[in-house]
Amino acid sequence: MIKAILIFNNHGKPRLSKFYEHYSEDTEQQIIRETFHLVSKRDENVCNFLEGGLLIGGSDNKLIYRHYATLYFVFCVDSSESELGILDLIQVFVETLDKCFENVCELDLIFHVDKVHNILAEMVMGGMVLETNMNEIITQIDAQNKMEKSEAGIAGAPARAVSAVKNMNLPEMPRNINIGDISIKVPNLPSFK
Amino acid sequence: MALKIVKGSIDRMFDKNLQDLVRGIRNHKEDEAKYISTCIDEIKQELKQDNIAVKANAVCKLTYLQMLGYDVSWAAFNIVEVMSSSKFTYKRIGYLAASQCFHEGTDVIMLTTNQIRKDLSSPNQYDTGVALTGLSCFVTPDLARDLANDIMTLMSHTKPYIRKKAVLIMYKVFLKYPESLRPAFPRLKEKLEDPDPGVQSAAVNVICELARRNPKNYLSLAPLFFKLMTSSTNNWVLIKIIKLFGALTPLEPRLGKKLIEPLTNLIHSTSAMSLLYECVNTVIAVLISLSSGMPNHSASIQLCVQKLRILIEDSDQNLKYLGLLAMSKILKTHPKSVQSHKDLILQCLDDKDESIRLRALDLLYGMVSKKNLMEIVKKLMLHVDKAEGTTYRDELLTKIIDICSQNNYQYITNFEWYISILVELTRLEGTRHGHLIASQMLDVAIRVKAIRGFAVAQMAMLLDNAHLLTGNTQRNGICEVLYAAAWICGEFSEHLEDPMHTLEAMLRPKVATLPGHIQAVYVQNAAKLFATVLRKQEGAPDSQAAQETSQLLIDRLPLFVQSANLEVQERASCILQLVKYIQKLQQKDVEVAEEVSALFAGELNPVAPKAQKKVPVPEGLDLDAWINDPPSESESEDEKPKAVFAKEEPKHTRPRHPEVDEKELARRREARKQEQANNPFYIKSSPSSQKVYQDAPGVEHIPVVQIDLSVPLKVPGMPMSDQYVKLEEERRQKERAEKKKKEKKKKREKRGRGKKGDSGPESEEDITPAHQVDIVTEEMPENALPSDDDDKDPNDPHKALDIDLDKPLMDSEKLPVRTHRPEVLKSPAEDGDGEPAQAEPKKRSSKEKKEKKKDKDKDRKKSKEEKKKKKHKRDAEPEEPVEEQMEEPVQSEASAEVAAPPTSTPTEASDLDFWLSNAPVLSANQEVEPTPPETTSTPETTSAAAPESEPEEPKDTEPEETKSSKHKKKKQKKEKEDKEKKKKKRHHHHHHHSDGAGDESVQNGTVEEEEPLPPMSNYCLLAENSYIKMVCDIQGNLQDGSQVVVSVIFENKSDCFLKSMEFNVLDSLNSKLQRPEGAGPHDGLTVPFQLPPGVSNEARFVFSVQSIVMPQKLKGTLTFIVKSEDSSTHEKLDFKLHFTCTSYLITTPCYSDAYAKLLESGDLKASSLKLEGVNMPFHHLLARICFHHHFSVVERIDSCASMYSRSIQGHHVCLLVKTSGETVSIDAKCDEPSLLGNVLEEIKQTFSRC
Repeated sequence: MIKAILIFNNHGKPRLSKFYEHYSEDTEQQIIRETFHLVSKRDENVCNFLEGGLLIGGSDNKLIYRHYATLYFVFCVDSSESELGILDLIQVFVETLDKCFENVCELDLIFHVDKVHNILAEMVMGGMVLETNMNEIITQIDAQNKMEKSEAGIAGAPARAVSAVKNMNLPEMPRNINIGDISIKVPNLPSFK
Repeated sequence: MALKIVKGSIDRMFDKNLQDLVRGIRNHKEDEAKYISTCIDEIKQELKQDNIAVKANAVCKLTYLQMLGYDVSWAAFNIVEVMSSSKFTYKRIGYLAASQCFHEGTDVIMLTTNQIRKDLSSPNQYDTGVALTGLSCFVTPDLARDLANDIMTLMSHTKPYIRKKAVLIMYKVFLKYPESLRPAFPRLKEKLEDPDPGVQSAAVNVICELARRNPKNYLSLAPLFFKLMTSSTNNWVLIKIIKLFGALTPLEPRLGKKLIEPLTNLIHSTSAMSLLYECVNTVIAVLISLSSGMPNHSASIQLCVQKLRILIEDSDQNLKYLGLLAMSKILKTHPKSVQSHKDLILQCLDDKDESIRLRALDLLYGMVSKKNLMEIVKKLMLHVDKAEGTTYRDELLTKIIDICSQNNYQYITNFEWYISILVELTRLEGTRHGHLIASQMLDVAIRVKAIRGFAVAQMAMLLDNAHLLTGNTQRNGICEVLYAAAWICGEFSEHLEDPMHTLEAMLRPKVATLPGHIQAVYVQNAAKLFATVLRKQEGAPDSQAAQETSQLLIDRLPLFVQSANLEVQERASCILQLVKYIQKLQQKDVEVAEEVSALFAGELNPVAPKAQKKVPVPEGLDLDAWINDPPSESESEDEKPKAVFAKEEPKHTRPRHPEVDEKELARRREARKQEQANNPFYIKSSPSSQKVYQDAPGVEHIPVVQIDLSVPLKVPGMPMSDQYVKLEEERRQKERAEKKKKEKKKKREKRGRGKKGDSGPESEEDITPAHQVDIVTEEMPENALPSDDDDKDPNDPHKALDIDLDKPLMDSEKLPVRTHRPEVLKSPAEDGDGEPAQAEPKKRSSKEKKEKKKDKDKDRKKSKEEKKKKKHKRDAEPEEPVEEQMEEPVQSEASAEVAAPPTSTPTEASDLDFWLSNAPVLSANQEVEPTPPETTSTPETTSAAAPESEPEEPKDTEPEETKSSKHKKKKQKKEKEDKEKKKKKRHHHHHHHSDGAGDESVQNGTVEEEEPLPPMSNYCLLAENSYIKMVCDIQGNLQDGSQVVVSVIFENKSDCFLKSMEFNVLDSLNSKLQRPEGAGPHDGLTVPFQLPPGVSNEARFVFSVQSIVMPQKLKGTLTFIVKSEDSSTHEKLDFKLHFTCTSYLITTPCYSDAYAKLLESGDLKASSLKLEGVNMPFHHLLARICFHHHFSVVERIDSCASMYSRSIQGHHVCLLVKTSGETVSIDAKCDEPSLLGNVLEEIKQTFSRC
C-alpha cells in the first residue's frame, strides 16, 4: 500500500499532497516538513530509500523518493510494495506529467495542482497502484479533458479567454523539471508496461 | 436561460480562480496568512451563491488551501453540493475536495450515500470512475455496507476502466466492512483471470494485500497464482505475486519446493532488476521456510548470495541498499553464507549514505563471532565518535549493545572489556538510550558474578565523576546510567576498594538535581554502603571513624528528606532515623555493623522478564471475585497507587535475554576446561539456591590501576576498551601457544600410537573466555507455563479480515441490498438489486470455467498423471462434510467435472495438496516400485491407511503419506498373493489394530522358528456386480459398548465413473445404522467419495447394537450413479451384512495370573468344541484364532495354549486350545453361554473352511 504521495520543492513548499490515510491538517503539514527535512539533507547520489519518519506509520514504512530539478517526489509505502517498482512508478508519473503539460515544470504543478491530482488518480487509487501503463493513463486523462471541454462549451469560452490573458505574464520563466537527463540511474525495467 | 448562463460566466470571469489564488499568494509572500484569510472570506461568499460553477471554483480553491494546511472541513456541505452537480467538471472538483478532506468523522458523509450510488451507476464511465476514486479515499463503514453490493456489480462492468477501479476499491470496502469479504470473494477471484491486464493486476493487488495480513486463508489460491506467475508478462503483477508467495511459503513448505525452480529461472532470465530482486527475496523466504532444508538448496542460497553481492557492489546506491536489505534476511537462517561477505559489509559501513550504513549495521549483528566481536565493536566505536547526527549515533549505540548482548552474551569472551565499552558509551551526549546502557550494566553485574569486582570499581568511578555526566542539562538521557552505577555500588559494596569515598560521592548536594527515581536509588544504596563502611570501620581500632560516617549521613540526608519526590523523601527520612538511632548506639559503644548489614543481606536473583505472567492461575482462583463484600465507594479512594521500589525495579525492567544456549555454552566450556582442576559449577539457579558463590580466576588481575584518573574532563576508564583488545589478543595468542604445546604433546603421543593428528586453524570454539564467566539464568517460577503469549495488536484493522473463505456462503451473509429510499433510484441501479440472486449461478459457472481450464492444463500433462490427480481428488473428498454432499443437487450434466458443491473450496484445498505434493509423490512412486516388501499388499493395508480417509481426520497434515498409501492400495490387488511375509512387520506399526495384536502375542509365546503364515484377511465379500465390489470388515468399538464399526471397501470395477453412492441398511430392532442428526430412519448414508474407474476406497459406517449374544444379518442396498462418457444410469446393489458374534469381540491382552483368577471365580460357564482334521501348525492355528476371532494368547506351553478375549459389553471369553495330531480340542468358558456357543460355532466354521 502507498500511504502518502508528496511533492514539494527544494524549499519544502508543498506542491501536491495526497494522503491515503486520514491525518489532521496540522499533522499533514508536520509530515510534509519532516519528510522534507529527511529528504533534503541527502546527497544527490545516495540511495532513494529512507526509513520512514516518526509521524507516518511505523517501522514497516519506507520513503521512496526521486529528485527532479526543483522538485522532490516522495512516496511513502509499506513493505508490500516493491521498492524498485515504486521508483519506476515515480518515473512513469513524471513522464506522464511531462506529456500532459508538455515539458512539465514546477509552475505547472503550482498552478494546476487539480490537474496533477487527476492524473495521479488514474495511477494510484486509494493507496493501490491502479495503472502503470503511460499510454493508458494519458488516454483516460485526454478523454476526461475532452468531456470537460465539451461541457464548458460556449459558456466556458470567455473564462478561458480571460484565463489565457491572465496567464500571459507569469511571474517567472518556467523551470523545467527536466525529464530528459535524469541523473539518477533508472533501474532497467523494460517490460514495465 | 442562455443569457443567464452567459451572464453567470461573465460574472465568473472576474472571480478569482485557482490560478489567481496561487498567484496572489505568491505575490503576498510577506503577509501570506492575511491574504489567505481574505481569500477564505471571498470563498465563503462564493459558496453562498446559487451558481454551481462559482461554488465549484470556490471548492477548487479550498482544496488548494487544504494542501497548505488550512482546515476546510467547514465547507464539507458545499463540497457535497459540488459533488452532486450533474456536470463532470464540477463533480470531479467536488470528489477531489472530498477525497482530500473527508474522513470517518465527517458527518455530512452520510448524505453522500445516494449521490455516490447514483454516480456509480451513471452511464458515463468517468462519473463512475471519479466516484470510485473519491470513495476509495473516504469510504466509511456505513458507506462500505451500503455500497458494497453496487461496487460488486461494477466488478463485472463491461468497461475494463470501471472494472479495475471497482476491483481495487473492494479492498477498502473489505477493510471497513469485513462481512463483505466472503460474498465478494468468488468474484474477486474470478477477476484474477480477467482478459484485461489492468483488471487482472488490480485483482492481484487486492488479493496480495489481503493475503499479506492473513496468508493462511489464501493458500488455496496458490495454484492459480502459480499459473499466473508462469504465464504473466506484466512485471507489476509478477512482483506482486512473487511477494505474495513470499508470504505464503512459511505456511506451506511444499509450496516453497515447488517455487524454487521457476523463481530460479526467473532470476536467471529477467533483465528487470526489480523483478530479480523480488525473486531473490522470495527464494530467501522459501529457503527460510525450508531451513531444515534439502542439500540441493545450498545452490539456491549461493545463487541468491551471489546475486545480492552483485547488487551490493553495484554503483547504484539503490541496488546496494536493497542488496543489504535482502542479505539481512538470509542472515537469519544461513549466517554462514553471509559471513563470507564480511569484507563487503564492513565496507558498506563506511558508505556516505546513512540508509546504507544502517542496513550494514543490521547485518553486522549476525556476523560477529567470538573472534571478531572486539574488532567489530572497536570499529563501531570509531563510527560513534565520527557520527554527526544523533539518530545515527543512537542507532550505533543500540546496535553495539544488541551485538554484544545477543544470545545471552554468547560472543563476549571478556566482560571487563564489555563493561569498559559500556562506560565509554556513557560519554555520548544527548543520547536517548541512557536507560539501555544502564540496564546492560545492571544485567552484566548481576548475572556475571566474576565481573562484579571490576564493575563496581568502574561504577564507583562513574559516581565520582557524575558531574561530567550531568553537568549539561541536555545530557539528561545519559544520567540514567547513574541509576545503575549507584545500585551496583550499593548492592555489591563488598567489592569496593574505598566505600567511604563512594559514599561521599553519592551524598553530594549535586545529586539533588538528578531525576527523582535516581535519587531514590542513591539514598537506598547510600544506606547499603553505610552498612559496608560500618563493618570495615568497626573492625578497625579507630572507632571514631564509624561515628564520623554516621554523622556524614546525618548531615547530608536532610537534603533528600526535603525532596519533592515522594519516593526519595520517604526513603531518606526512614534512613535518616535509622542512622540517628545507630549513632546513639555507637555512642554507647555498641557494635551495630552486623545488624545494619543484616538489613541488606541476601542475594537478589535475576528474574525472567515474563516470569510473573507465566505463573498459571491456580485452579479455582478467581482474581476478579470479591474476597469480602464490595466496600463502599469512599473506601476505594484509600487504595494507594502501586508503588514499586525503585531498588527492585531492575529485576523487572531488564531486557530479556533468550535463555537458550546456556547449557550448551557451559557444556563446551566445561569440556574445554576439563584439564583445569577446579571445574566451575554451572549454576542453574533455582529459586531455592540462593547464594552460590564461585571462585572466579582472573578477577585479581583486573587492571584497574591503568585508569588515568588525572585526565581532566574525561570520564575515567574511557580509553580502556582498546587496551582490552590488545590484552585479549595477547591472551589468546598465549593460549594458542599453550594449546599448540599440548597438541604437540598429543601429537607425539598420537604418533606413537600411529594416529594422525591435525591442527586446523583456530576455530570459534577454541577461544576461551578470559574469566570463567558464569551467567546466572533468569529465574522462572517453578510452574511457569512454557508458552509465550501472542501479543497481537487487537486494534489491527486487518484482524477483522481474518475470515475463512473456504466455508460455504450462508444466506445471511449476502451483501445487504438497499431496500429503502427507492425514489432516488433509476433503472440501472435496479440491476444491482437483482444481483445477489444472480450471483450464485454465476459463481458456479465461473467455477466450471475454471475447472475446464484446469482440465486443459491437465491434458498437457501425461495422462498417467491426470489419472492420479483425479484419483487423488476423489480420495480427498471424504473430507467434505457430509451435509455438503447431501446438499449437492443431483446434476445430470457436468457433474463429473464439477464434483464440488457450490462452495468448492474443500476440494480446492485438496487440489492444493495434490498440486503441492505432485513432485515429491512422483519420486515416492519410484521409490515404492523397486521395493515391493514395503508395499504390503493384504487388504489390511487399506484398513491401516483408513484413518487417513476418515472424515474427521485433518487431511492436509500428511498428504504425501496418504498418497503413498493410496499407491499401496492400488498395488495390493496385483501383488496380493506373494507378500504375506512382511505382514507382521507392518503389524508392528499398527498394533493398535486388533489383528496385529494377536500376532504379536503369538510371537511372545513361541520359541520355535516360525513358518510363514498364510495370508489372512478379515475382509469378506459383501456384494458384487459388474460395476462395483464391496468387501467389509466388522469391528466392535472399544469406546462404546453398543457400537460396531463396519469398514466397507468399495471398488469400482467398471470403466465408468461412480458417484452419488448411497449406503442404506434396513434396521432391525437390535441393530441400527447410525445416521446423522436430522436424517430419517430410512434414509441412506451418502458415501463420502466418488470412484473413478479402477479405484477403490473405504468408508466406515457405525451401527448401534443392543444385544450381542446372537449373530444377526441386516439387509442393505447401495445405490449409485454410473457416469460414462455420454450417459449416466442409476444402479443398485443389494447386500447382506452379517454381524457375527466374533465381531463383537475385541482383542484384549490378559496376564496369566488375572486369567487364572478369572477361571477360578466360577462365574463362567463352560463349553467345548472338538475340531478334526485340522492340518496346520499349531502356531498357525493360534494365529488364525487370534486374527479372525480377536483373541490374544495368554500363555502357550508346547501344544497347549490359553487365550482370552472380551466382548464390547465386557463379557470374558476364555479358551484353552489343545492339539494332538489333527485333532484340536477347545475348552471354553464365558459368562454368557449363548455368546460362547456362537463364537465356538464361528471358530468351527473358520477351520472347516480350510
